[in-house]
Amino acid sequence: MDLSAINPALLLASLLVAATPILLAGIGELVVERAGVLNLGVEGMMITGAICGFMATIVTGSPALGFLFAATGGAALSFLFALLTQYALANQVASGLALTLFGLGLSSLLGQDYVGLKPPSTPQLDIPLLSDIPFLGTVLFSHDAIVYLGIALVAAVWATLKYTRVGLVLRAVGENHDAAHALGYKVVRIRVLAIMFGGACAGLGGAYISLVRVPQWTEGMTAGAGWIALALVVFASWKPWRVLLGAWLFGGINVLQLNLQAAGVAIPVEYLTMSPYIITILVLVIMSADKSRAPASLGRIFHASS
Amino acid sequence: MFKLEKRPQASQSFAYLTPLLAILATMVAGGLLFMALGKNPFEAIRTIFWDPLFGEFASFSRPDLLVKGGPLILIAIGLSLGFRAGIWNIGAEGQYIVGAICGAGVGLAFYPMEAWYIFPLMVLSGALGGWAWAMIPALLKVKFQTNEILVSLMLVYVAEKLLAAMSLGLLRNPDGHGFPGSRNFKDYETAFNGELIPNTGMHWGVAMAFIAVIFAYVLLNRHMLGFSIRLTGEAPRAAKFASVNPTRVILFCLGTSGALAGMAGLFEVSGPAGQISIDFNSGYGFTAIIVAFLGRLHPVGILFAGLLMALTYIGGELAQLTLGLPAAAIQLFQGMLLFFLLAADLLTNYRIKRVKKEAV
Repeated sequence: MDLSAINPALLLASLLVAATPILLAGIGELVVERAGVLNLGVEGMMITGAICGFMATIVTGSPALGFLFAATGGAALSFLFALLTQYALANQVASGLALTLFGLGLSSLLGQDYVGLKPPSTPQLDIPLLSDIPFLGTVLFSHDAIVYLGIALVAAVWATLKYTRVGLVLRAVGENHDAAHALGYKVVRIRVLAIMFGGACAGLGGAYISLVRVPQWTEGMTAGAGWIALALVVFASWKPWRVLLGAWLFGGINVLQLNLQAAGVAIPVEYLTMSPYIITILVLVIMSADKSRAPASLGRIFHASS
Repeated sequence: MFKLEKRPQASQSFAYLTPLLAILATMVAGGLLFMALGKNPFEAIRTIFWDPLFGEFASFSRPDLLVKGGPLILIAIGLSLGFRAGIWNIGAEGQYIVGAICGAGVGLAFYPMEAWYIFPLMVLSGALGGWAWAMIPALLKVKFQTNEILVSLMLVYVAEKLLAAMSLGLLRNPDGHGFPGSRNFKDYETAFNGELIPNTGMHWGVAMAFIAVIFAYVLLNRHMLGFSIRLTGEAPRAAKFASVNPTRVILFCLGTSGALAGMAGLFEVSGPAGQISIDFNSGYGFTAIIVAFLGRLHPVGILFAGLLMALTYIGGELAQLTLGLPAAAIQLFQGMLLFFLLAADLLTNYRIKRVKKEAV
């Protein structure tokens, strides 16, 4: 075993990359849950985004269009969930599971002609001057645009929830939908929009896996990232900045176990690859002591009876 | 304009009608999907739903109905207990894998001994393995209020890695020339879960599935614990006043569903699958969720739903062979079924009324 082969600057840089998919999906799901909707279909939306983005990038040759298409695909799939839960008043847990099963099937059907292809690489956004700083330059300032978009999105969601009217209304709907309805807010419309925002974010996160992290298409390639994103929201106690922290934590664990594999630690690979899932469980256990932060109307069905 | 009005009581007739409606809608939507893939929709639907039962080669595919339906029914029965109480075990796939590993491990430990008690021991340890795997989310939920959905699902991924580790390491066939995978149970008479009646597909797992259906029916309709489960799901407040012990319900529901899934895994590995291998699991644990809902969480309903879902598996394989329909199309088809089912459920609990638009 040779631990000296692990370069800390590259390790931290790849941490940011590894954290981005679950960060994007997590911050989207946070908005959905703050609006009082529990969408368990994140995995399905991510994998759909992954294949939509991959297809669009291969066809058009532009990763930017790919990401755009991925967000559209994720949002479109989440609209199905919105139809089921907001208009057909179906159980949110069951509908989310259905969305995941459906998304997994849909993606492998769409992707069967795309296995083994290599997408054009997403350009690195080497920020001039800053990226030349030794160490910090490699860690922070030489990534692609989506890494920065993820962080910017966290800031935007935080500011919107905390300081704007839209955020206040969204939170009101999530905390007490009957009161929000009585005040004249369109509960269903707000929730549908929130669900679609979550879908778009999950789609982006999925496309980041298929276009940047891996980059190729294989069936079921998100491998539970969507579920880890869901755990991330609980871990973050529904607070945006903590989602970023959690994503970095999970990204770090993932990168570390990959590096330990490469360094040839005496633990079999299968046990090392278990670690992100086991640590997710441990973190969930630690965080679940504090339930007070969960939106009060989370997962409850809203039906305006007149 | 249409308006929804909540029914004072869920409609009985619609409760029976919605699964049929959902199947019909899935056939129509599936037909459109197959058309988009350039296949004749009527031929595809016929190949999936009719040919495996009554087609030219039906005598080969009919036994498969029980082989594939058995594990689905067995797992779904367990899941339905929890779903009724609002306890969401969606990690049946993991419990199925761990059950298979534990049961097969016990069987392989006895190799090449011949004794009558080996197979029952395997079944027992398979059930125990699945039970133990499900106890992890159960105990965490009871002790720390941890979300059982996420924990049970995370454990599926852990179980998949464990399966890979086992088929490459501990359980690898010593005479297998280094190939991954355990000894094949087909070569080990005592531990092999063969057909009970030749050419029917009926093996011990299918028998156990039928027994589970009967037990679940009795439990839910005639037993206090079954009543507590239903009460917890349908009226949590009433359950509290009736001093239903939530810890007991959680442990029982998750434990039972884990044990049944583990048993299903053992019957599969010692019978139709034959050996522990890296890709031994085939998603039964997830499909069983659809089965449970399609059967309206009712034991008898699940029996029919399991057979229907097995039919789509067999028909799907047939359509793959004869029409070149991609395997993923069938997966999508099954996912659609759950969608339509959930949507159609609206009719059970609500009445759609026509109203004239009034001035506000």
